[in-house]
Amino acid sequence: MIRFLKYTWFQVGSFGLLLALVPLVVTNRYYLNVMIFIGIHTLLVVGLNLLMGYAGQISLGHAAFFGLGAYTSGVLTATYKLSPWPAMVIAVVLTVAVALLVGVPALKLTGYYLAMATLGFGIIVYICFKELVWLTGGPSGLVGIPKLSIGTVVLDEPRTYYYLVWAITLGAIVLSLNIVDSRVGRALRAIHDSEPAARASGIYTARLKIWVFVVSAIYASVAGSLYAHFITFISPSSFDFMFSIKLVTMVVVGGMASIWGAVFGAATLTVLPEVLAVFHDFDIVIFGLILMVVMIFMPQGLTRGALDLWEKYRLQRDVAGGSLSGG
Amino acid sequence: MDLSSQILQYVISGITNGAIYAVIALGFTIIYNSTEVINFAQGEFVMLGGMAVIALDGNGHLPLGFSFLLAVLAVTLVGIALERFTIRPAKSSNPIALIIITVGASIFLRGLAMMFWGKDSLGLRAFTGSSPIHFGGATLIPQSLWVLGVTVVVMAALQFFYKHTITGKAMRACAFNRRAAGLVGIGVNRMVMVSFALSAAIGAAAGIVIVPITLCGYDVGIMLGLKGFCAAVLGGLGSSPGSILGGFLLGVLEALGAGLISSGFKDAIAFFVLLLVLFLRPSGLLGSKEVKRF
Repeated sequence: MIRFLKYTWFQVGSFGLLLALVPLVVTNRYYLNVMIFIGIHTLLVVGLNLLMGYAGQISLGHAAFFGLGAYTSGVLTATYKLSPWPAMVIAVVLTVAVALLVGVPALKLTGYYLAMATLGFGIIVYICFKELVWLTGGPSGLVGIPKLSIGTVVLDEPRTYYYLVWAITLGAIVLSLNIVDSRVGRALRAIHDSEPAARASGIYTARLKIWVFVVSAIYASVAGSLYAHFITFISPSSFDFMFSIKLVTMVVVGGMASIWGAVFGAATLTVLPEVLAVFHDFDIVIFGLILMVVMIFMPQGLTRGALDLWEKYRLQRDVAGGSLSGG
Repeated sequence: MDLSSQILQYVISGITNGAIYAVIALGFTIIYNSTEVINFAQGEFVMLGGMAVIALDGNGHLPLGFSFLLAVLAVTLVGIALERFTIRPAKSSNPIALIIITVGASIFLRGLAMMFWGKDSLGLRAFTGSSPIHFGGATLIPQSLWVLGVTVVVMAALQFFYKHTITGKAMRACAFNRRAAGLVGIGVNRMVMVSFALSAAIGAAAGIVIVPITLCGYDVGIMLGLKGFCAAVLGGLGSSPGSILGGFLLGVLEALGAGLISSGFKDAIAFFVLLLVLFLRPSGLLGSKEVKRF
């Protein structure tokens, strides 16, 4: 039985089944909304994790791609009355163009320089959302974004939207699991361990880094469109530097280089502020504390760190019990 | 006001802000040279300095100079604590981990400041009078002179410290080669701690002198810190003269851009300059160290 747990199709299948059952049990709109947010955040974090966890390239401006998706969808549907699905595709195309424009020069940089370049990019995009008032509505936001619909069915119920968001997110998870398990995935991990070594073994690192950057930007853009059509009102503050940091926190908590960890990280840090709502504004203190503590003691992330601790504990127990001396 | 005196006015305000950016950039440089860590919490030192002096001055019993020193001392202790409790115990020297740790520390400090002092921006009286000085069609507020004066004093003191004291020389040795410095008996860990203390102290001083001009709130640290970092990169990361040059240049560019192009995009200018430098010449204007690129 335990053997099944190792199979990807088993993991994805049981996770999907679980998700499909949730709305049958949970009928409270608030809980369903939280679940939808978890789905959107998971989509973002799975994408960012491909870049950060697997390829080892940091992005401190990922909220910009999320925002580009949201604003392109929002502006095209609310102002120019385009129907949402083509708008979402245009958003993806635009995001890819921007990601290439920034990624090609930025990904030549490493470490701190890359962190600063992505951070600078994120802040510039945020300022554009705020200042291009004629286009984006400025700081007061963009209103009147329509709900999504499939055919003639309008997805205005949390339950139907829940199924849509999680279907897309689950698709993205499956895609990521396949990427990670493929030749490309191994090449990405090689870049993470040592870029010169990866180049020496014939990996075209420059192109691959840009590729994974663009893929993670696409994930973010789709998440942004889903977000915009869900809450139907967007304002720049949802896409600021703090949100980029929150995404990085989700990756870190879930664990670098773990797709399921990303789901865990997104879920934990989406639910946490809701639980901590009693402290309303002070959740940033807790975010900061989590970031510091996890990174100081478990630089591989919370899930990896917890697994390491468990391994250590088991080893010690076995040594103490003498079970190793027999063999 | 005609265009030339308008430009003069922009340059004056640019130099005032630039002085602050220069000091913050120096703070980055001090820590970067001794540890190769970019301390993303640098801006919070500036914010804490400003908030602390407002809190101390609010009592009204202390002379301003005394509040100034006390605030600098308090923030220096915060800097030491930051090094001792976050950077030193860190298990990994991977830049991503260190970036996230200092970003976490910065958010944490900002949150604490919000808990203590609330969300409102607070002000402070000018050090000496507030009647503006007129020259060449432009005006200069006396506090700007204080900003420039303190900046020059900080720079001169740092220069003296690095060139003429044994601790300063030891720190330079660490910046040059940590292992070799350790071999000749320099306590590298202690030097790292000193660099955080120094960096916090000058950051706090910058925060204190600028408060009467710009006000201070719990959230000003992030923008100031990032602009200081832009200045450090513009001048060349790791170079002290570069930081100073980068700071003033950025301040003036920003003021001119805000005045002549668009004030809404003022903050974007610094980051646009940052991206240009990173993409075209990542070693900065005066940087010597080769930047690793692939």
